[in-house]
Amino acid sequence: MRKVCVAGVGMTKFGKSEKSSIEMFAEAAMEAIIGSNIKPSDIQCLYLGNVFGDFEEGQALMAPYAAREIGLSVGTPSLRFEGACASASMAIRDAFVAVAGGFYDVVLAGGTERELAMGTPLATRTFNMATEQYYEGMTGLTFPGVFAILSRLYSKKYGIPLSKLKERMAMVAVKNHKNGAKNPLAQFRKEITVEEVLSGPMIAEPLQLLDCCPFTDGAAAIIITTEEKAKKMVEKPVYILGVGQGSGAPLYRQKDFTLIESRVAAAKTAYAMAGIEPKDIDVAEVHDCFTIAEIVATECLGFFDFGTASEAVEKGETQIGGRIPINPSGGLKSKGHPIGATGAAQAYEIVKQLRGEFVERGTQVEGAKIGLTDTLGGDSGVICNILFGIKG
Amino acid sequence: MVTYKLPHKEFNEALKSGKLMGFKCNSCGAYTCPPKINCNECASMDMVVVEFKGRAEIKSYTIIRVSPEGFEGVVPYIVALAQLEEGPNLVGNLVGVDPDKVTDEIIGKKVKIGCKPAPPNVKYCGPIGKDGKLTPEMVAITFSLM
Ligand SMILES: [Zn+2]
Repeated sequence: MRKVCVAGVGMTKFGKSEKSSIEMFAEAAMEAIIGSNIKPSDIQCLYLGNVFGDFEEGQALMAPYAAREIGLSVGTPSLRFEGACASASMAIRDAFVAVAGGFYDVVLAGGTERELAMGTPLATRTFNMATEQYYEGMTGLTFPGVFAILSRLYSKKYGIPLSKLKERMAMVAVKNHKNGAKNPLAQFRKEITVEEVLSGPMIAEPLQLLDCCPFTDGAAAIIITTEEKAKKMVEKPVYILGVGQGSGAPLYRQKDFTLIESRVAAAKTAYAMAGIEPKDIDVAEVHDCFTIAEIVATECLGFFDFGTASEAVEKGETQIGGRIPINPSGGLKSKGHPIGATGAAQAYEIVKQLRGEFVERGTQVEGAKIGLTDTLGGDSGVICNILFGIKG
Repeated sequence: MVTYKLPHKEFNEALKSGKLMGFKCNSCGAYTCPPKINCNECASMDMVVVEFKGRAEIKSYTIIRVSPEGFEGVVPYIVALAQLEEGPNLVGNLVGVDPDKVTDEIIGKKVKIGCKPAPPNVKYCGPIGKDGKLTPEMVAITFSLM
């Protein structure tokens, strides 16, 4: 396997956009290309995450149109990746595989999504499509619903009263909004309080509005290349040290959903490839689609023992400056969650954290050398973990 | 040629007549429900179709207040996770319980498995009839307190 690096990264402002998915992706991609000091014609393949373009804009076949939009040559293959909310992380992982294996030297990976074009009822329905449809979807189970079910399982299993757990879940939202308030690209740049979270409208009990990430428009992109080429392109290449991806069964086939077995497996693969342990991670962007989701994810990733992560949140261990800063970007919760792009936006944050570029923003994790992204698709159908480092 | 022993259509037809069907594995003895091509525990295809007792215990639940398109007419409703006596879990709608009055007392309660038709205005799933609406083939699993 060859050593693989990230050169340039790019990302749009997240929130409501008047631009099309392809226009948004073109902005993010050109930022990544310019930041890599290369030309579009240097790119050998495009891996594009997009989930619901068909419903959002009536637009299928987005990958080749995006490729030609940004001037990739006619002989450049382009592929759409669909792994629900983990689509862009899947695209990055496959780009890593292709470059590591020697097939390509320069791949553009990323994603784009224009969810707000759908409105809440259709958006909620399309997200529901990522649950298994024949035996689960027709109950009207929503994604807040999936994680609401998880909240009660978690509360019961670890003997944490639901009211106590909800308070700690609210602290996750407060932390991520605090970080997101400082991120100029975030959808919500507003600090919130535990009281505000706990007094919000119920979405899927016990999850309230501010326990949930928003629907978002946005795009993100990164250039993945060999160590040799990256060193010529940029001053500070960031290495991809390891990747892991798991395939989870439908919710009804998960014996214990609090353990998210596909995440445990994906993280194990990534850590083994990189030869590192959870304690070596300095900063992580974790899939906080719902407040409880971040708590459970940080346990599956090995940052905390099972059943203890909510207490760690209360103690401030996941704050910037804490034992393991989680979601300095504001996370999906505050930065926003354009599902086809989210994984690439997480990578954008980690790459810039490792390059030390967020001092001015006020959310730099000081001295960060190793970072992790964690992205979940569906009710854990896809989990993708990527480890980044400043040394190969 | 491999033939799927209990496709969703047959499973749902049985459920509509009050029978919960699934598999018992001849290799490892485990039960699989809802059906799949091979055993959920050991991936053996040496399974026989059996009728389950149709009884489960509620493990967790949620009350959906913001629904997907097509489910507006039934909000609020309860979606629960329950474990069958034979072992597997199911996701279903808890029916016969007022969503505005349900409490955590419901966890651990025994329920009977049934089904109900999917709301008629749900789109983009399964076969569509000439009227543009879902055919009765699509159902939601239900749980009723015993
Ligand atoms: Zn078996």
